[in-house]
Amino acid sequence: MEITVQHPLERYIRSEKMPTTWCPGCGIGTVVQSFLKAIDELGLDPKDLVMISGIGCTGRVPHYLKFDGAHVLHGRAIPVALGVKLANPKLKVVVWGGDGDIASIGGNHLIHAARRNADLTVIMINNFIYGLTGGQVAPTTPKETVTYTSPYNPDSKPFDVIKLVAAAGATYVARWSTAYPVLLKESIKKALNHRGFSFIEVISQCPEIFGRINGFKEPYDLYLKIKKVGQIRRGISPFEAKYDWNEEISLGEFVNREEPTYLEQLEEIKKKARGEKA
Amino acid sequence: MMEKGKVLYVTGNEAVVEGAIAAGCRFYAGYPITPSSEIAEEMSKRLPAVGGMYVQGEDELASINMIVGASMAGAKAMTATSGPGYSLMQEGIGLAVATETPVVIVDVMRAGPSTGIASKAWQGDLMQARFGSHSDYEIIALYASSVQEAFDLTVEAFNLAETYMSPVVLLSDGVLARMRERLYVKGQDELVIVNRKKPTESPENYLPYKRGDDYIPTIANFGDGYAVLKDSLTHDERGYYYERPDIQAKFVLGVTEKIRRNASKIYRWQEEYTEDAEVLFVASGVMGRIASVMVREARQEGKKWGVFRPISIWPFPEDALRRAARNASKVITIEMSVGKLVYPVKWTLRDGQEVSVLPWLSYEAPSPDDLLNLLEVKA
Ligand SMILES: Cc1ncc(C[n+]2csc(CCOP(=O)(O)OP(=O)(O)O)c2C)c(N)n1
Repeated sequence: MEITVQHPLERYIRSEKMPTTWCPGCGIGTVVQSFLKAIDELGLDPKDLVMISGIGCTGRVPHYLKFDGAHVLHGRAIPVALGVKLANPKLKVVVWGGDGDIASIGGNHLIHAARRNADLTVIMINNFIYGLTGGQVAPTTPKETVTYTSPYNPDSKPFDVIKLVAAAGATYVARWSTAYPVLLKESIKKALNHRGFSFIEVISQCPEIFGRINGFKEPYDLYLKIKKVGQIRRGISPFEAKYDWNEEISLGEFVNREEPTYLEQLEEIKKKARGEKA
Repeated sequence: MMEKGKVLYVTGNEAVVEGAIAAGCRFYAGYPITPSSEIAEEMSKRLPAVGGMYVQGEDELASINMIVGASMAGAKAMTATSGPGYSLMQEGIGLAVATETPVVIVDVMRAGPSTGIASKAWQGDLMQARFGSHSDYEIIALYASSVQEAFDLTVEAFNLAETYMSPVVLLSDGVLARMRERLYVKGQDELVIVNRKKPTESPENYLPYKRGDDYIPTIANFGDGYAVLKDSLTHDERGYYYERPDIQAKFVLGVTEKIRRNASKIYRWQEEYTEDAEVLFVASGVMGRIASVMVREARQEGKKWGVFRPISIWPFPEDALRRAARNASKVITIEMSVGKLVYPVKWTLRDGQEVSVLPWLSYEAPSPDDLLNLLEVKA
């Protein structure tokens, strides 16, 4: 007897694209699951969702989700997403990217989207390394670890990206890890409903590359490390948060405030240009 | 309210803005760079008033990618740049090619290489317009020579982009950008405006990258309910990435053949006195205009000269040039460059026909007499 079991989130998935390219034990799937549960619980119409990503393992997310999507250039997901949002404001536009994609090659777009309070949700999956290209150093790689292009440890200290986006003016900033999928889901719900720029960093495991090079034998070992180093802190500012591989990577919601969004500001400009009262 | 035709006295840059708005452009993203900046300035003033949006990108990478995104969601979108900025945009132009997203990129050519001289014209980007992004692709590039043509070709650039689901480059230069002439802004009733086709199939049966007889796919906009995937990776008819030789071949043929097979509908050129021309001058943009005055004057002295001005630099109007040059023993390109146009001219003409370039290496537009002098020095 053949038993077919349907995944409860199947209707959001391009099943014909399965299996994914992600390695066994990779954390990206956990984040995607939290995301799909979030949109399911919010009852969002799939027709209103657009997924935009750059290049990288995380960049592959739009391939598997049955929403409008674009898998664009390395580093350029944010400007593409902003163009989409401005051209059709009724769409909810979500950017997916790795730490290299978002914070290195795309770093300038990240800070300007935060400054503008661009009406986007950015989910940055930080696996401490360039995964897709086989394990090179990232701007997030901790000093204590190695990669294939930093065999003697990274030459400089890592970015704490939440501080960067908070300083640039982001109005929703949170960091979670794959060890807290439910808290992550709740945070994604807030981000999707947030007016303006919302940014969520997810600390995630890359067991095949980052794990192996750094002596984590099994995916589970790296997962446990991530679980242990991630400490939930409530009510602290992003500038008090820690990004320290040995001590603590602080998790939680660090910024959540209301400000005029980019779209709202552009609408104001339209009124002025037409000589209407703002 | 239907916009009526009107007469203005404006620069080439302003004419581009008039053309874009008339064509239905409602999204502009750009980064300031001389001599294109007046396009951005004018757009920032005009677009919001007609319900559009202007964004000053944080750089050219942002700008080109923003217009690609806006077009993916259905807007007619444009950017304008020059020299260094155009170089930065090349990867994004490739994205528009691969995802088959219509956008218009205005390149106001300036003196280079590198930063060169910001405010001065040059004609050095013709090959970059064709080959600037990596790997195999075809593109449409039109080059205007007058303020009126800057308007007309901007409208055409949008129409061609929407028709062929392709980026279209509108070439201008530092002379045209700031040259002031009479412009007739056509009314909406006098203009032909093309809008991209929308799919009619149900989402279940829809294949965004399937090609019809004309080789052009019908790609849904975001928000149309088709869950369409637009990928910079090699993709099949569904838009899905697979690493397979047949899919790679089809992908490359798709984005090249859709232009090649329709080239005869895209070719645009102008020619004068070519029927019996023994010497044929080939020149584009502002140099084409000056060459044409030079040839007209030479005809009055009985010289059997002709002039051919390609307007679509890409695809290059090969058949028309071959016809125009059929009686010519000498074909000379006149360029504000050491020679770019000379390459497609050489590829096009038969072996044995003498093709050379007359390089005008000053950024100030020459007079027809300047060109005659230069010719004599060369001869
Ligand atoms: C312009 C450009 N430079 C480099 C690359 C090669 N490249 C692809 S993905 C990537 C980095 C991937 O790392 P990250 O963004 O952290 O994502 P991950 O794969 O770890 O999810 C690089 C360097 C590219 N595709 N384009």
